[in-house]
Amino acid sequence: MSAEPYDAIVIGGGHNGLVNGAYLARGGMRTLILEQREMVGGAAITEELRPGFWFTTFSYALSLLRPQIIHELELTKHGFLPLLMSSRFAPTPGGEYLWFTKHHDQNLREIARISPHDADAYEQYGHDMDRVCQAIKPLLDMVPPDPFSDDPEELLALAGIGSRLRGLDRRTFHNAVRLLTGSAADFLDDYFESDLLKGWLASSGIIGSKVGPRSQGSGLVLLYHSLGEHDGEFGSWSFHKGGNGGFTQVLARAATAFGAEIRLASPVAQVLTSDGRATGVVLADGTELRAKVVVSALDPRRTFLELVNPRELPDELVDTVRRMKFQGVSSKVNFALSGIPRYPPLAERDDVFRGFLNIAPSMDYLERAFDVAKYGWYSDEPYIDGAIQSTIDPDMAPPGQHVMSCFVQYTPYRLRESDWDAERQRLGDVVQGTLERYFPGFGGLVLQREVVTPLDIERLTGLSEGNIFAGELLAPQMFFLRPAPGWSQYRTPIEGYYQCGSGTHPGGCVMGAPGRLAAGQILKDGEAGRG
Amino acid sequence: MLNETGLWSHWAGHLAANRYQDSDKFEYFAVRSAAGIFDTSPLYKYRIAGADAERFLAGMLARDIRTCPPGHAQYTTWLDDRGFVLEDGVIQHRAPDEFLLTSAEPNLGYFADRIGRLAVVIEDVSDQIGTIAVQGPRSRDLLARLVPSVAETPFFGMTGGQIDGVPVTVSRTGYTGDLGYEMWVDAAEALRVWDTVWEAAEGLSVLPFGLAALYMLRIEAGLLLLAVDFDSSRYAFNDAHRSTPIELGWSWMFKGLADDGRAFIGRRALEREIADKTSRWRMSGLVVDWEDYDRVYGGAGLIPPKVHAPVHEDWMVYDEAGLRVGYATSFMYSPVLQRHIALGRVRPDLARVGQRVQLEFTVDHHYEKVAAHVVRLPFFNPERKTA
Repeated sequence: MSAEPYDAIVIGGGHNGLVNGAYLARGGMRTLILEQREMVGGAAITEELRPGFWFTTFSYALSLLRPQIIHELELTKHGFLPLLMSSRFAPTPGGEYLWFTKHHDQNLREIARISPHDADAYEQYGHDMDRVCQAIKPLLDMVPPDPFSDDPEELLALAGIGSRLRGLDRRTFHNAVRLLTGSAADFLDDYFESDLLKGWLASSGIIGSKVGPRSQGSGLVLLYHSLGEHDGEFGSWSFHKGGNGGFTQVLARAATAFGAEIRLASPVAQVLTSDGRATGVVLADGTELRAKVVVSALDPRRTFLELVNPRELPDELVDTVRRMKFQGVSSKVNFALSGIPRYPPLAERDDVFRGFLNIAPSMDYLERAFDVAKYGWYSDEPYIDGAIQSTIDPDMAPPGQHVMSCFVQYTPYRLRESDWDAERQRLGDVVQGTLERYFPGFGGLVLQREVVTPLDIERLTGLSEGNIFAGELLAPQMFFLRPAPGWSQYRTPIEGYYQCGSGTHPGGCVMGAPGRLAAGQILKDGEAGRG
Repeated sequence: MLNETGLWSHWAGHLAANRYQDSDKFEYFAVRSAAGIFDTSPLYKYRIAGADAERFLAGMLARDIRTCPPGHAQYTTWLDDRGFVLEDGVIQHRAPDEFLLTSAEPNLGYFADRIGRLAVVIEDVSDQIGTIAVQGPRSRDLLARLVPSVAETPFFGMTGGQIDGVPVTVSRTGYTGDLGYEMWVDAAEALRVWDTVWEAAEGLSVLPFGLAALYMLRIEAGLLLLAVDFDSSRYAFNDAHRSTPIELGWSWMFKGLADDGRAFIGRRALEREIADKTSRWRMSGLVVDWEDYDRVYGGAGLIPPKVHAPVHEDWMVYDEAGLRVGYATSFMYSPVLQRHIALGRVRPDLARVGQRVQLEFTVDHHYEKVAAHVVRLPFFNPERKTA
């Protein structure tokens, strides 16, 4: 035991920092988690912006959280509660819609109403996706092997992946490759004829990424977003009690219960190093804190170019991180509403809003929304992934009133003719105007509006260029290339300095896997006398 | 029409909704996260009154009714003379000489035939009293708007008031393991009371819930279901289908047994069982090991099924050496625990918290054992339940 009060310091109290700190504390390390803001959560927070109205400022759903974390960190003891979203709704302004409930047979009838052909195609699609997800999922729970290493253990791990792929049937293997390398549109066109259904499904292929449904890479994004698993349901997303801020509060309680200490309002200025090894951190106020292990939960740009002096790192790594793509394209517009919106063909039904609301009536709609982003502007008819969250968790708004989260795309971080400080309110108007076309009278319900542009995401959470995955989640930046070739195993060239943010494998989507896998490496190194 | 499914099941000769809309799990979450309303009216209800009512019940019921003062309710059981459980139910002490007993099956004849010369009248009021349960974290605030004294009513306490001019008795009881109440009203006025409560719940995200959600809630609450987790000794063909209250995990009902001096049916057998430690089983909570479960199903190339809908069947329980040591009777994937849980009985020597056992599943049409461990019931016990 060293004389310092801490064995490990985790920089960043977002979900990965909390997961990492909890695992380190569980593994017996005296752990300190440092958070710059007055609350933990990073981009997974819930804020009471208006009395009684709780906004999920940024991240708005528990998408890909790995179930092991729930069990290993005993999160249910601390209030973990994923609430069921019982419907999904995809309207068009013309009155056509798809409304899915938890009743599978009824959903097939719903599809058949629009396209009898697509009803059984949907079954086949679901089964094919399940098979690919089954094959891919184990990769989410493993430290990527290092293909550049001569270590026999690494070669064995690589061979293990190869032999798993060889075990797949031909169709699943082919589907996996088509998704990993192709576009969502090409894949979906093979199954479906309905524009509305394809627009809906293709929406998962663009989330958080600067791709359109017809871009190569959108297949991978589609597959990635299908890797969820919630409350026993394969492929599902869910919503935590109290929003994602409710979830990170659970993580904080778990971390504290394992013995970790969390210090708020403590931004880190720099990681201290000596002779090529980490020795602690210095806070923005000059306070020095010592520990043998320092873990950065920040994105790779901050981890390698800001927290440490790049001169201490190999040029090649610095260069790769500099070339890493962030280019956030997503915004949030959150509303406090005085009542539930009405969709004219289903004016009496407020149960259509008990889950995600998908504004993307066709793949063309998504592609056009993407087109303008390519040229440095934001869509006038954007893709919206909405959710009136207070229908799921009534504690998020006063009785009869509601909070609505809208994830909006495409809104590129760099605007050609203007900047986000100038465009912020106009973006809010665009989103509100779009919703008005689907839900006449929507504007009259709005009590308050919060617009969170990529610039705001960057300013408030520190995510570079507002990229919600802490670095684009596309093939050149995934698996053993995330965040950089040779540095995908959570270590860094500085001994004792580790990375555990979403910029490492397997990436974002409130998965928690980077935090967990990094902790595994740190604890293993500790046992081996390294670190 | 509140029941949008158009489907009903049968309960004690009445129609009961399994679910009111597509998703019973959504109704379940309404109860765990806001509140739910449930029609409990089909329960059998008996008014037992007279100068000797308490004396009579002290001899009929195994749990000491004399510890339940007027204005309180008590969960109780009644046994046969061999100490086997006939049934369980909640009894309300409504006035010094008046009780209301609820049960899942008809019991009028059984109780009436044992009154003898005592000054007791028993009356079947099942059809005269409607029962509406309001369960969940928002139930107190909701009902206190209509019956203010509800705010002060303790766990298993009772109070009274009027809802829309209809006299109601409210007991802080239920079958969900959550904060919750049951309202007892004249059956003819029950619909009016339901509608008034429903209107008061506007905007609170309260939902009606059906039997499917109730069965999920009651398993997490560790509450047993007659004809599923145990059978009435009256109609059992052999002792394998009989259970003692100790075997069902109700020893806590008999904490004062040594001093209470009552002569009640089954007392001697019960004392003998306790003294000689002859219990065959102990009802326990079983939690399935998630890693082992995923391993067994994943190894077979399957997506591990995690289904919240309770399965009310026998599941075999083995010790780690593979010897059969018990059986489970209710099984589900619990949303609040994110685990498969089962109500099951194991040999008493294995009923220790943390004891490792194995539960048998059918995977790819053959039996597979999956690791599980014993926990104390209830599985889910939020502070608000008794706070």
